[in-house]
Amino acid sequence: MRWLAFTKRTAKEIILDPLTIAFGLGMPVALLLLLSAINSGIPEGYGPSNFRIDNLTPGVNVFAMSFLTLMAGLLLAKDRGSSLLQRLLTTPLTAVDYIVGYTLPLLPIAVCQGVICYVVALIMGLSFTGNIFLSILISLIPALFFTSLGLLLGTLLNEKQVGGICGALVTNLTAWLSGAWFSLDMVGGAFKVIGQILPFYHAVEMQKAMLHGDFSGILTEGHIWVVLAYTVAVFVLAIVLFTSKMREK
Amino acid sequence: MTEIKLSSLTKRYKDLTAVDGLSLEVEKGELFGLLGVNGAGKTTTIKMLSTLTAPTSGDAEIGGYSILSDPQKIREMIAISPQETAVAENLTARENLRMMAGIYSMEKDAADKKISELCEALGLRSVMDKRLKKMSGGYKRRVSIAMALINSPSVLFLDEPTLGLDVIARSELWDAIKAIKGELTIILTTHYLEEAEEMCDRFAVMKDGKLITVGSAEDIKKEAGEDDFEAAFVKLVKEGRS
Repeated sequence: MRWLAFTKRTAKEIILDPLTIAFGLGMPVALLLLLSAINSGIPEGYGPSNFRIDNLTPGVNVFAMSFLTLMAGLLLAKDRGSSLLQRLLTTPLTAVDYIVGYTLPLLPIAVCQGVICYVVALIMGLSFTGNIFLSILISLIPALFFTSLGLLLGTLLNEKQVGGICGALVTNLTAWLSGAWFSLDMVGGAFKVIGQILPFYHAVEMQKAMLHGDFSGILTEGHIWVVLAYTVAVFVLAIVLFTSKMREK
Repeated sequence: MTEIKLSSLTKRYKDLTAVDGLSLEVEKGELFGLLGVNGAGKTTTIKMLSTLTAPTSGDAEIGGYSILSDPQKIREMIAISPQETAVAENLTARENLRMMAGIYSMEKDAADKKISELCEALGLRSVMDKRLKKMSGGYKRRVSIAMALINSPSVLFLDEPTLGLDVIARSELWDAIKAIKGELTIILTTHYLEEAEEMCDRFAVMKDGKLITVGSAEDIKKEAGEDDFEAAFVKLVKEGRS
């Protein structure tokens, strides 16, 4: 149960960082309220369908999860910058203990993000169905992807670089290339191709399909496989790089 | 009884040889000072012994286990207090110590007993429930050392434990180290030679990664032909046989 001691410590570090929590949990609420307000000003039948609450909520939820990359990356980069990790590397903790310790505390944050997003969406007019629970459940796959990406970047970059790359690049990539704010078809061309190659769009479509009860579509359209493939690849890469980087040869 | 044995331990980084064929032995229960100017290879030696960095060649044994073939065994019996204060700043002293106890799979009762003992030995009672980021540098170092002692290690590495501390905090920390002396084998690096002379049983003096001499303070003074330990150290390093 060595991993548990390290996990508890990581969880405390996350909870005690109000700024990250405010961004991770507050930002999606603000976005949902803002975009719904914009949508309410657009006459019925005009404007993109993305701003309809049942389409908007999965997009905002995936966007919110991009902050998990920032949280995980900062945690690891901060630890690498301090001597704490150096001390811990001389203990019997294994690479798996570290990765579990950094990953596990972020998954409840992802669940909280989902719950907050959908509660606000219900208040804004989303119809209540059991699919909401399934949408939150399936969002744990992209949550794991974003967390692994944070660990990967936190292993390679310093705290300042992680702040820049995760805080700006990853969140913007998620925002623009996920099709959350506007359909990728509206832009088309290379933008659409890149969007479909990356996992962000598929993470949103997967959650949308789950919310709309299109369970077979999740599998047949391949969204879940793309997200799963990215998650496994980034997670494994994060473990390999963390192990080799930490055990400097 | 030999606790630590270094055999031609070497570490090279591209063109730089940080530690060059270091061979020496440290007895069980000794407080052993590793001395040298900056860049002498002290921290690299500690990193190799604590399994943080693999040697380029050579080997070392701690308690009979090789750093090359049994690093996990070694990690269970050693502890390190690195140069910088290695603590979780957002956690309290108690939480930091509990975290370390958990990492070493200690039972709750045994952990609480050990925490209480360390709290007394290192004078931490008044700050146990204070977050580390709100503590002075001296207290942080003491917590850092307490964290290193939680699993009752056989060997403790203290890398510049008093670096950056004011004179009072330094004195208090030396007292804390004195309190644990003899209970375990300690490898200490420091630039404070007067205090090192008073504290350490024996020394190894390094320069440019090589060992210049090994012996007690008296041996080193005699070898250099000086009455003062610091003068003897300076003379040996300047003359440097490396």
